[in-house]
Amino acid sequence: MLPNPQEYLLLAPEILLASAGLLLLLAGAIGRGMGNRESALVSVVSLALTAGVLLRVHSVVPGRLLILNGSFVLDGFSFFWKLLVLTATALTILISIRFLDEGNYRASEYYSLLLLATSGMLFMASGYTLLTIWIGLETMALSSYILAGYFKRERRSNEAALKYFILGALSSGILLYGISLLYGATGTVQLAELSEGLRAAQDNPLVPLGWLLLAAGLFFKIAAVPFHIWTPDVYVGAPTPVTAYLAVASKAASFAILLRIFYEGLGSLKVEWQMIVALVSAATMIWGNIAALTQENVKRMLAYSSIAHAGYVLIGVLAVSQIGLWSVIYYLLAYTFITLGAFGTVILLERREYAGETAADYAGLARRSPFLAAMMLLFMIALTGIPPTGGFVGKFYLFAAAVQAGWSWVAVIGVVTSAISLYYYFRIVLNMYLRDSGQTTPVPLRAPALVGAIAFCALATLILGVVPEPFIEFAKSSLLPLP
Amino acid sequence: MFDWVHNVPILSILCYLPLVGALIIMFGMKNGQEAAIRKFATGVVFVDFLLSIPLWFAFDRGGELFQFRESAPWIESIGVRYEFGLDGIALLLVLLTTLLGVLAFLSSWSAIHTREKEYYVFLLLLQTGMLGVFMAMDFFLFYVFWEVMLVPMYFLIGIWGGPRKLYASIKFFLYTLVGSVLILLGILALYFYNAGGLLGWRGLGNAPTFSIPQFHAIGASIPPDLQIWIFLAFFVGFAIKVPMFPFHTWLPDAHVEAPTAGSVILAGVLLKMGTYGFVRFSLPILPEATLRLLPWMAALSLIGIIYGALVAMAQKDMKKLVAYSSVSHLGFVMLGLFALNGPGLNGSILQMINHGLSTGALFLLVGVIYERRHTRMIAEYGGLSAVMPLYATIFLIITMSSIGLPTLNGFVGEFTILVGAFHRVWWWGLLAALGIVLGAAYMLWMYQRVFFGPITNVENKGLRDLTSREVLYLAPLVLLCFWIGLYPRPFFRVLEKPVNYLVAKVDPTYATAVAATAPSANSANPRVQAAAAGE
Repeated sequence: MLPNPQEYLLLAPEILLASAGLLLLLAGAIGRGMGNRESALVSVVSLALTAGVLLRVHSVVPGRLLILNGSFVLDGFSFFWKLLVLTATALTILISIRFLDEGNYRASEYYSLLLLATSGMLFMASGYTLLTIWIGLETMALSSYILAGYFKRERRSNEAALKYFILGALSSGILLYGISLLYGATGTVQLAELSEGLRAAQDNPLVPLGWLLLAAGLFFKIAAVPFHIWTPDVYVGAPTPVTAYLAVASKAASFAILLRIFYEGLGSLKVEWQMIVALVSAATMIWGNIAALTQENVKRMLAYSSIAHAGYVLIGVLAVSQIGLWSVIYYLLAYTFITLGAFGTVILLERREYAGETAADYAGLARRSPFLAAMMLLFMIALTGIPPTGGFVGKFYLFAAAVQAGWSWVAVIGVVTSAISLYYYFRIVLNMYLRDSGQTTPVPLRAPALVGAIAFCALATLILGVVPEPFIEFAKSSLLPLP
Repeated sequence: MFDWVHNVPILSILCYLPLVGALIIMFGMKNGQEAAIRKFATGVVFVDFLLSIPLWFAFDRGGELFQFRESAPWIESIGVRYEFGLDGIALLLVLLTTLLGVLAFLSSWSAIHTREKEYYVFLLLLQTGMLGVFMAMDFFLFYVFWEVMLVPMYFLIGIWGGPRKLYASIKFFLYTLVGSVLILLGILALYFYNAGGLLGWRGLGNAPTFSIPQFHAIGASIPPDLQIWIFLAFFVGFAIKVPMFPFHTWLPDAHVEAPTAGSVILAGVLLKMGTYGFVRFSLPILPEATLRLLPWMAALSLIGIIYGALVAMAQKDMKKLVAYSSVSHLGFVMLGLFALNGPGLNGSILQMINHGLSTGALFLLVGVIYERRHTRMIAEYGGLSAVMPLYATIFLIITMSSIGLPTLNGFVGEFTILVGAFHRVWWWGLLAALGIVLGAAYMLWMYQRVFFGPITNVENKGLRDLTSREVLYLAPLVLLCFWIGLYPRPFFRVLEKPVNYLVAKVDPTYATAVAATAPSANSANPRVQAAAAGE
């Protein structure tokens, strides 16, 4: 049955953003292309427009609406993730401008790829069949592979792109294989029908294999242990703004589909996957934090930290409760600002593309730039989960969800590992405040967009920690039906 | 005359005044204006201290348990409220905090010469955190202050500390953080038990809240096995802070490396947060677990008393000696708490204040001599009473207060604790009394080696006696030591109501026994009467 053509109007945000990305690509190919700042401006404006259209669509469709023959869903849940990835992308662009200037690479393709990846994420947030979700995921992934290798003259960037591509393609294959097995068992890829079909096909041996492969693919995308191997190398090698983008937007969108698939598609298998998610969550928290302890390179440390944080968020997933859901939403909201802010600070300190990445490079920063040091201190405190920051409130909800749902042992691992994480986050603080490099030349705060983005992230981190109520209300309007 | 404090949010003002001061210094003052920063910061804590004095007079001894209450919704979706209030215990601790704050700031003037702007900012933030911990009446709010305070303390040790400051600062932070996250789990368990179900236990179905009085009210109805789990979670967190044996290993490191003001605040106030945690949460909320684990708690306290004293005796560094003496003294405080009777609790809470005063003074005194000679080794000194008579006198008074000489504060506290301990189990009192003897031994031995005999080290010949600023910040402590020693009644009067409340909560049988023999003492407490009528 052909869908009602008017339904395509509700896809306006996705269409708008994808077109903007393609136009930017085109503009880059004409003549000498567009400059860095112009492209960035165009991208931010198109993101803002997309967000505006998204708000309009959301106000037209207040409840939950399935369109396009049940393959695309509009609800509070998708609305939240779309706003989140749009914000994260806009901040990523702000922290990219100076970085591209220094690297002297063409700019418009870079921003175009970011927009295309983001449009893929919008489809992921709303996808309601496994195939729609998979296509959104691939749009995001293919753009990300190129972005990771964008600094083509840098060997590490090439290495990152290649590793990311090979392992990413493998995981996409596994994901697709899982989807095909589930399709074989139930005859559908639509999530609501799949949920029904799985109830009927309980004895089918294809089902466990299918959902396990599907889950493995998803765990790869959120970089959970033991599917995290690609993360450190890719995060270190990729241009730093791309690393931030992967750690934040890509992870958030992947969590959106993970929740959607587990809750709505595999709801009838809840008991089985809860156990798997609990084990993966525990392993991720333990390994992510322990591996981060020994990292000297700040980007690599942040890579392991982002692995660890995926483990924390999984706590909220496995709780399968109202508070679990809004804790995931709240945590990823806070995590977005904290991580982007931290990476922004790293970018501001980097020189000649890759220098200034070791913890020792932060020695004496408190004297050379009290502002930057204070920002970084705030982000490190927030990542550790100490009040009064959004990181604390987020972790509080996650652990609360686990205790309420009876997963106390996971909560215990969570609190103990987050106390351990203090050691490596505060190694940066130690270098900034407690060590002296002998240098006293102040660090210039040149790039206004970058500094503005860092300050915005810091402010958001504090606000999320001190007045969480409005954001919780927002998170509560963005829930999924519980299985 | 002091009624106006009831019309203003006095507790919020007290708590956030240092924070405002810190922000003004951070954004309004430049690195070149050290003298102005120093004076301004000290002025802020002094005003804070002056503002806290009316609390003492306006506090109604016979009135509500918690007074000066402030309440506003904060995170409504989970029932977190912004609630401040003071009972007699918290009142004393708040006054101790504001007083020691002023003294610590004054002592820093000559001790700190590097990065002064940051130093005073962190010290002010610490002050806000500590006051918030004692004022909070919402468990969530309490936890926020409890953790916030760790960051400035980390910097105080880590930036202005001694040679091993990097190690000591992170050790302090890690230890206390591990403890606090376990407290967090305990809080969550209480919260969910009060609101709905938790694991296998059927909850109470009350409105979700983190209100501490509400937790007090449901304490007795929590099933014993759940109580024990929560108690253990709280125990690790609070015992690390106290610190109780065997969680004490961070303390000597932190104390020895911290600058003088840091040590004063650490010993004077921070350690009290651990004991305060037991008084405010573990005892009244988890009475059944308290009673069941009583022998273990008493054993750890007694080991702490004896072990701390023995280790203190072997120290060559004066600061380390005082640090280990804290382990011993805090063992006394814990023993008094777990005597679970009127004298024990009264003495224990008074001893928290006493320890803050006398150990605070000892650290200040060690700081005085360290600034002159840059060493704290006992062997470097000898015969100081000849060159620094005033210093020697004050040191002697404080030493006596720490040992527990009658007419001084330590005696009152330790004696009441011993009464309580004898009342509970007679040999607890006996072992604790042994601790007092050991305490006298190590303190007097140190005093003898430092102050008596001939001056063996030529460098000590020209030492200056106390300056007027030093006398200024030591005198209040000496006066308070005498006041509590000679006339402790006003302090016990403030504690009477909260202590009766605690005893009735945690060990009603004892409370009724006392009420039967001395009906007038407890007749104000309806809960005790009800319990008596029930028998």
